[in-house]
Amino acid sequence: MGKIIELKKVNKWFDKFQVLKDINLEVAPQEKIVICGPSGSGKSTLIRCINRLEEHQEGNIVVDGVELSESTKNIEKIRAEVGMVFQQFNLFPHLSILDNCSLAPIWVKKLPKKEAEEIAMKNLTRVQIDDQAHKFPGQLSGGQQQRAAIARALCMEPKIMLFDEPTSALDPEMIKEVLDVMVDLAKGGMTMIVVTHEMGFAKEVADYMIFMDEGKIVERAKTKEFFENPKSDRTKLFLSQIL
Amino acid sequence: MNLAYLKPTKEKINTFLLLGSIFVIFAFFDILTNTFLNRNITGFLPQTISFFTPLILGYIGFYLIRIEFSGNRFLDKLNKNINSSNFNAFLTLLILFIIIKAISPLINWLILDANFVGSSKDDCTGNGACWVFIKVWFNRLMYGLYPDVEQWRVNSAFILLFTLVGIAFFVPQKIKKYFIIFLLFVYPFIGIKLLSGGSFGLVYVETAAWGGLSLTFIISAFAILFCFPIGVFLALGRRSSLPAIRYISIGFIELWRGVPLITVLFMAAVMFPMFLPDGTFIDKLIRVLIAITLFEAAYMAEVVRGGLQALPKGQYEAAKSLGMGYWRMNILIILPQALKLVIPGIANTLLALVKDTPLIFVVGLMELAGMIGLAKTNPKWLGMAMEGYVFAGLVFWVICYAMSRYSQNLEKKLSTER
Repeated sequence: MGKIIELKKVNKWFDKFQVLKDINLEVAPQEKIVICGPSGSGKSTLIRCINRLEEHQEGNIVVDGVELSESTKNIEKIRAEVGMVFQQFNLFPHLSILDNCSLAPIWVKKLPKKEAEEIAMKNLTRVQIDDQAHKFPGQLSGGQQQRAAIARALCMEPKIMLFDEPTSALDPEMIKEVLDVMVDLAKGGMTMIVVTHEMGFAKEVADYMIFMDEGKIVERAKTKEFFENPKSDRTKLFLSQIL
Repeated sequence: MNLAYLKPTKEKINTFLLLGSIFVIFAFFDILTNTFLNRNITGFLPQTISFFTPLILGYIGFYLIRIEFSGNRFLDKLNKNINSSNFNAFLTLLILFIIIKAISPLINWLILDANFVGSSKDDCTGNGACWVFIKVWFNRLMYGLYPDVEQWRVNSAFILLFTLVGIAFFVPQKIKKYFIIFLLFVYPFIGIKLLSGGSFGLVYVETAAWGGLSLTFIISAFAILFCFPIGVFLALGRRSSLPAIRYISIGFIELWRGVPLITVLFMAAVMFPMFLPDGTFIDKLIRVLIAITLFEAAYMAEVVRGGLQALPKGQYEAAKSLGMGYWRMNILIILPQALKLVIPGIANTLLALVKDTPLIFVVGLMELAGMIGLAKTNPKWLGMAMEGYVFAGLVFWVICYAMSRYSQNLEKKLSTER
């Protein structure tokens, strides 16, 4: 099967501190991958490299057949195909939820306003906040904001969705509503890379688990095997601490 | 024992309220008759004590009515706000009395003793202001040296402008943008053509003859119109990732911010023509306009940069992650939020700009304050500086206060989502 994301020998430094060390990763279409690991292990940096919110200094990253390099045209094209959901939601506070969702389709994909709003409403219905469409982000709860952020990313009809700790900033009772949306999305066949500490979610949807520590991929395994029979000691220690 | 009996309590509220009110009323009666009727009803007392009677009586009165939880809402509010302690009561009275004392001569000068009728300085016989001065010079203060018979052109230019702005406020959103585009890109040319003439059968009026309040408006409007976008570009440039653009922006901003406006104007008017090739001529007003615009743009840039820096990094990342390029990100996401944050700072800069316009006197252009400077040196009208500058101050205050109110409204209107 063809790969939609390929990382080869990716290295990245922040000044002199190396955050990513020789990362090799391949993701096939419709695969769901969950990345876990202690804080500071480079998980967020890794997925931010995939849509080039961070630049890598060595190695190749190929997304959907396009090599990520200095060329701005390439980057904007890739970003339009790769949706991202942030820990802090990052909705645009000066726009209504509907405008948040329809803005990029109108201005980046050049869709007519009416069509963009139809797509927006469809996706807002999918994440079950269509009744909040005309409110502003500040008037919504954290869980609703994060679902709106997911809808906003979906409106670009991306091939890949990246989730950067989507539930870490949420109150416990709101985590479930966001995870439900993500599970639904996974069942719909979306290619997903998720950085999260929600191991219940990982067990339910992930095809592969990746464990990172100190900028390296320590272990990559099928989900069942990863939880039942982890190979490295570092993984065992981590799992014993969080499970 | 006696003292405890004197303490205001809720039980004896009516007695204390009556007593206290009598003291307070008497105190104000004393100061008012003193100030406005020139009659000292406590004249039988030694002079020092007589002078301070209102303060002493008012103080006692305020003490007597300071009843906690009286149940009377008005009294409670009064006590809480201006009479919460002995010291506050004293301050309240002192400030009120100083205001009363100061207002009286001011009103006398401005209105009661002022002269309104007449046509020359000799008609001003009272002790107060000579508003005849403003009346006689009014035309010049509004239009400068613009020829009398052509002044209808200035009037119609401004009436057209205000009508358009007025209509733009009330038309629905869809048509509004056409009005704004017309006002920004078409009207300035119509206005300038109307004022300067030279074609369409209009007599040419050189810019040196423009002046007065109309020139204040013209300079302010053009400078505001241009300094705002230039400032935004400079602010973006200063944060650009391209070193060349960044350093040019920084250099520009720091250069213009570091030089006094009066120097800039002088250079624009006197030194700049020396560097031009022979035969080329740029109108003095245009040179001054460019100078003021660039000067204020540097300030505007720093205000806008403050707003850009206040936005969380996540807003930039979210915009990028949706595939937006630099311009779309800034125009759709970043600037709307950043500019809204710094509306007070923008208003500040624009107010300062309006109030800086009188400085153009250094190059010989006379707006409102400049015309007053000219009028007060007229041999027939010597000694009218006070009237002139009070009038100018009033006019500037009205303009600036209107701008300030507008910026506050704008802020309120745009802050619905927070």
